[in-house]
This record gives sequence, C-alpha cells and structure tokens, in this order.
Amino acid sequence: MTRFKGRRIFKGKIEGEALVTGDDISFFGGCDPETGEIVEKGHELEGKSIAGKILVFPTGKGSTVGSYVLYALKKVGKAPLAIVNESTDTVVAVGCIISEIPAVDQIEISNIQTGQKIEVDADNGIVSIKGKSYDHPD
Amino acid sequence: MDLSREEQEMLDGKYGKATKKSMEIITTLGEIYGAERLISVSSVQIAGVSYHNLGEAGLEYLAGMAEDGRTKVLTTLNPAGMDLVEWKKHGINNDFARNQQRVVDIFNRMGVVTTCTCTPYLIGNLPHYGEHIAWAESSAVCFANSVIGALTNREGGPSALAAALTGRTAEYGLHLRENRIAQVKYEVQTKLEDTDDFGLLGHVIGVRTGKEIPYITGIVSVTMEKLKSFSASVATYGGVALFHMENITPNRTLVPDRTEVVTREDLDAARMTLDDDEADIDFISIGCPHASIKEIARVAELLEGKRVAEGKTVWITTAKPTKELAIMMGYYETIENAGAFLVSDACCAVAPLKERFKGLMTDSAKACFYARGKNKFKTEIRSIEQCLEEAVT
Repeated sequence: MTRFKGRRIFKGKIEGEALVTGDDISFFGGCDPETGEIVEKGHELEGKSIAGKILVFPTGKGSTVGSYVLYALKKVGKAPLAIVNESTDTVVAVGCIISEIPAVDQIEISNIQTGQKIEVDADNGIVSIKGKSYDHPD
Repeated sequence: MDLSREEQEMLDGKYGKATKKSMEIITTLGEIYGAERLISVSSVQIAGVSYHNLGEAGLEYLAGMAEDGRTKVLTTLNPAGMDLVEWKKHGINNDFARNQQRVVDIFNRMGVVTTCTCTPYLIGNLPHYGEHIAWAESSAVCFANSVIGALTNREGGPSALAAALTGRTAEYGLHLRENRIAQVKYEVQTKLEDTDDFGLLGHVIGVRTGKEIPYITGIVSVTMEKLKSFSASVATYGGVALFHMENITPNRTLVPDRTEVVTREDLDAARMTLDDDEADIDFISIGCPHASIKEIARVAELLEGKRVAEGKTVWITTAKPTKELAIMMGYYETIENAGAFLVSDACCAVAPLKERFKGLMTDSAKACFYARGKNKFKTEIRSIEQCLEEAVT
C-alpha cells in the first residue's frame, strides 16, 4: 500500500474511488450545483460527475461564491466524498469546512490515478492507495 | 497557532455553533497560510449577497449561521441583485425579489448593517490608516488597502462573515507589513483624464502585474472617484489587492528597481480590448463601483432637461444613503424625469440581467468584465459624459 503524507484541511476519514484531473477547478460556474457535473468548457473533466468520488485536483480557482457550491452539492448528496489537492486555495478550503468534506493538501497528485481505490485520513493528513482500480482490474 | 483562552473557547463551541464554525474557518485559513496568531478586526464587509449567486443552499447556510450568530464589529454588505425598494420598476421579477429579500433579512438578523454597497467607505464603514479589517469585495479591498492604508486580505463571503461573528481574523498576507512592499514600478507616461481612463490603466497594470504589488508613478491628479475606478479595475483584471501610487497613497514602501512603462498606446489597446465591434448599445450604466454623490450630481447636471432615447435603459447605481442624499438634493428627480433610473443597493454586475440587453456602455472597466462574462452583453467603455450623450441620442 502506498501512502502519502500531506496536511489536513478539514477532518474526516473516508475510502472511495479517485477522480483525478490536472486542471484547476472553479466550482462557481464550473460545476453544476445540482448534479455535481463539471460544466466548464474544455475542462479535462467536462461532462463527468464529481459526486461520490474522491476528487483529486491541483487547486481551486475563480469566485469565492464557489464555497457555497460545495455546500449546495453536499445538501443534495452530490458532493465529493473527499478532496485531495496539491495546494488548497481559500475557496475550496472554506467550502470543505462549511460542508464538512474531508480534505488534504500538499499531496503530489500525479501519483494518483482515476479509478484507484484510495483512503483519505484527513485527521492525520494521509492519503493511501488501497487498490489498483475500480473500473479496470489488471 | 497560538489562540487566546477566549479564542480557544470560541473554537470549542462555548459561544455557540455559528461562532464555532466561524473559528474553524479562520483557524484553518490561518494554518494554510502559516499564521502564528489571530488578530482583532474592527470592520467587516461581506460579499455573496445576490440570491442569484448564493442559491438556495447558500441561503440555507446563512440561515444556519443566523440561528445564534451575531456580529461583533461594524459589518456592511455588498450589493444585492436589486434595489430593495424600487425593484419592480427596474423589471425585477417577484420570485427573485422575494428570495433576495430573504437573504438580506438573514444578514439583518445577524446584526449586519444591511445597506448593500460595494463602497462601504462612502457610507460610514470607513477604517483609518493602519486599522486591521476583514473585507470581501475585491474593489473595496483594493481601495481600503491602498488609498486608505487599512490592512485586509481579500476575504470571501463565508470568511468575511466568520470575521464579523468573531471579531477576529488570522494574521497572514496583507496584515503583515513585510507583505505590503511594492514589487514592480509602473511609470505612467501619459496624462489620464476621466474615470474610464483610470479603469483602462487598471486593466493595463492588472493584466501585466498579476499578483505583484505595483508602485505607480506619473499620476499627477486624481479624485476619490478615479481611485475607486482604478481599484475596481486593477483588482478585476489582475487580482491586485494593494497598490502604491507615488505622492497619492499613504503606505510607506521601498521603490522597486524593476520598471515598466505605460503609454497612451497601452491605454488605447486596453480600450480596444474592452470595446466590442458593432456593439448595439441599449443599456448605459454608471456606478461600478457605486457612484458617489459628486458623480450623481454630475449625472443630474448632464441629464437636466434631456430625455433618454427610446429603446435605451439607463442605470445609475449607488448606495441607499447616497440615493437618499440625491433625493434630498433634487438629483433623483432630475435623473428620473429624464427617463433614467437611480438604482440603489444593486449594480449591473450582480442584478439578474442575463441577456436582457444587447450592449452596455459604461465608464467602468470592471463592469465590462461582468457584462460580458455573466450577462453576455457586448461592451464599450467611455467617459460619463459620452455615456450620457449616447443615452439621450
């Protein structure tokens, strides 16, 4: 099992399937608050839903109203299970705190691949890769 | 991070759940940015007011905070999506108005002074030099840091609210003197005229400087209104939260060696960028950031005895107390008699105007940005005089 040590942004411990992008995410305007679908034109995850995934991306961008979009997603059950960043920006950090989404940053995200089963232990700032893949067993 | 006993108790929930949640936000941001302690703030400006942007979930969050959260310091509010009194005649629909009022009522319950404006410094929320504050609204942040010399980071809606409910913020970023030193010098080699010119300068410097703190020379004459226009533009196009302007702004700084020049050609190029080809102008708006009483007096003078042309809509946007003053002085009557609207509490960037108009003419570079991105209008940037000439032609 591979483990990476980062920094706690918001507490919690959860296991799930990773959804990884190298593109930054703007939640306000870039993510549908009702479905969890990424709607930003040309985004690597355009058309994909972040609901129920462990969302792995470099950092947030865009309007501070984005924090409320994470809150809206949580309310309708479409929020990511956890968030893993290289460097969490204030919009995402505040969004995770108000929505109580576990989050860790200072993780080299290129080590994680979409579909891998990972565990986020935010209390200790640890991200662990538990299994190869949900979708493509080899 | 070192917390005082009272701060630790706030975090532990002794002062209720809104205070606890607020402390979680503040201490987490402090940890992310390496703050060693919290500091007291004496003034807060909250953003995230338009129901359009907040949505039902945002409103629900605020309602939760309002259950036991009360402001500890003077707190004012950013523009809403409508004039809270005269919304109907501006074409705002009933559903939106009802929901917008719900948002404002929730802030009111928390003790926020619910006059909705992006220029709190014009209506009584005016910090002094060296005062630590926690403001959202990028244009006001830039104005407060630079023109007034108060100290604030660029807060978001929830973090500003957290500061309001605790009277605290984490000590990092622009609260520390060492982070307020100019990094690059801009020599302006052309004479600037009106507010639109200062908006263009904000565009030129904002785009070039990004997050680097500019030191601007060559500006010989300004007004508060021109600095307001520049602050809004440089914050919109560059994310600038602090600038220095030689012989004009009060902060002490070292003068950077690295120098760039800004010429009339640069400003012309910025104007070309903000002017769309064949913009069909049917909407004229002045007051981004909110118009001062001096600007409103000028508008009234220019509209005296004139009539806004058929098919055109004019919004002069301002804060409620300034509108009251304009009513008292007869400016409101002059403006409205000409067929223009003096709109308080709202602005053309946050009102629900998407696709309602084809082309906006304004003196504000910031307004151009939101008109295009959010509302899908074409834009032209001109002086206030030219805007109103267009309105009556």
